[in-house]
Amino acid sequence: MPVIVVVHLPRDKESVLSEIFSPKCKLPVVEVQDKEPIMNGTIYIAPPDYHVLIEKNRFFSLSSEEPVIFSRPSIDVLFETAADAYGSALMGIVLSGASPDGAAGLKEIADAGGLAIVQDPATAAASVMPEAALLSCPTAQIMDLRRLSDYLKSFSETRVCA
Amino acid sequence: MPDKTEDIELTLLLEAIYRKYHYDFRDYAMASIKRRLKQACAYFECETYSQLQDLILHDESVFPRMLSYLTVQVSEMFRDPSYFLALREKVLPHLHTYPSLKVWIAGCSTGEELYSLAILFREEGLEDRTMFYATDINTEALKKAEAGVFAMDRIPLFTENHRKSGGKTSLSDYYTAAYGAAVFDKTLRQKTVFSDHSLVSDAVFAEMHFISCRNVLIYFSRELQNRAFHLFTESLAHRGFLGLGSKENINFSKYRDAFQDFSRVDRIYQKV
Repeated sequence: MPVIVVVHLPRDKESVLSEIFSPKCKLPVVEVQDKEPIMNGTIYIAPPDYHVLIEKNRFFSLSSEEPVIFSRPSIDVLFETAADAYGSALMGIVLSGASPDGAAGLKEIADAGGLAIVQDPATAAASVMPEAALLSCPTAQIMDLRRLSDYLKSFSETRVCA
Repeated sequence: MPDKTEDIELTLLLEAIYRKYHYDFRDYAMASIKRRLKQACAYFECETYSQLQDLILHDESVFPRMLSYLTVQVSEMFRDPSYFLALREKVLPHLHTYPSLKVWIAGCSTGEELYSLAILFREEGLEDRTMFYATDINTEALKKAEAGVFAMDRIPLFTENHRKSGGKTSLSDYYTAAYGAAVFDKTLRQKTVFSDHSLVSDAVFAEMHFISCRNVLIYFSRELQNRAFHLFTESLAHRGFLGLGSKENINFSKYRDAFQDFSRVDRIYQKV
């Protein structure tokens, strides 16, 4: 499955996340490029200062639209477009964070039949984001990082994970 | 899987806009169009795209506002200062060898990039020999570009960007502050032609030495991107330059071979 990651970062710096994660991951880690086809078995990182959107024909698009909840890339924008493109074949995970970004998008993933998971706020470095996600999407499963990690490893190749 | 009703409505709405107003968004990248049309639905208090279609077909006065949802007008002066630094240090020395220059800002929106380039060309002594062509499909945005008035609260960012781009003067040399707005020196646009032009449906109009088209193509499908790259290839003089947005590239296009990387990290290409 493809994995797509949004981390809020300063807009004027090049992200080194893919360089940081590449040596630690068995799967290739790359920064999203505009109109790039989405491949299984690849971890994609959102570039700073652009929203990442999923097209129905399984391509990425980038966008310079206004920040959403002060963020670009926005988790909500990724989640909402991914829910529209992938429907029930999608898993959305909200981890630690200091803004409510992702809460509305996670609900759309759940409403489209996808699986919603939220990091246990008690174990998060910043609990605002997982708490907001749970408030918006109360049906989401709550996991700490160890359980989440085991869960993801057990997963088949059939889902997309955002 | 059958189309969602919403997607059928979306296709019909874009077809209606095309047939009634001749703006062709049918081949745009749909995820972003859909998001923005949802915002338009909320603004016009429509429950569905079909209701929005009804409104647009029967009330022509709403279309200009509609167009502001369909086109993204997010820009800033000297956005990505390293791009302008690369132009200054690497591209302009080449342009200095020409007796006269034509520069096309394709998708100029409200003009931030045009004024940035005009200032850059003035600082580098190229302004007198250069004609600028600033084009966009949104005539309201073009009017703003022509006016050259930007909110004062954006000026600190523009100033910082200009400094980082290797600016040789102070940005405040180019505007007058009045009533919370910065009014840019009109001599900066005395050699600019503003024009309504669509990369989707219009043709080449002049031979260019440099085309800057940044954060426009990301809103296109790949097919439409190819059409735009075809226009740029036809329009550019031999060894002319093409500048794209910091996350745009020509790699997935069938016109890749028409260009060589000139400054890869800054997304500046040269026609071969």
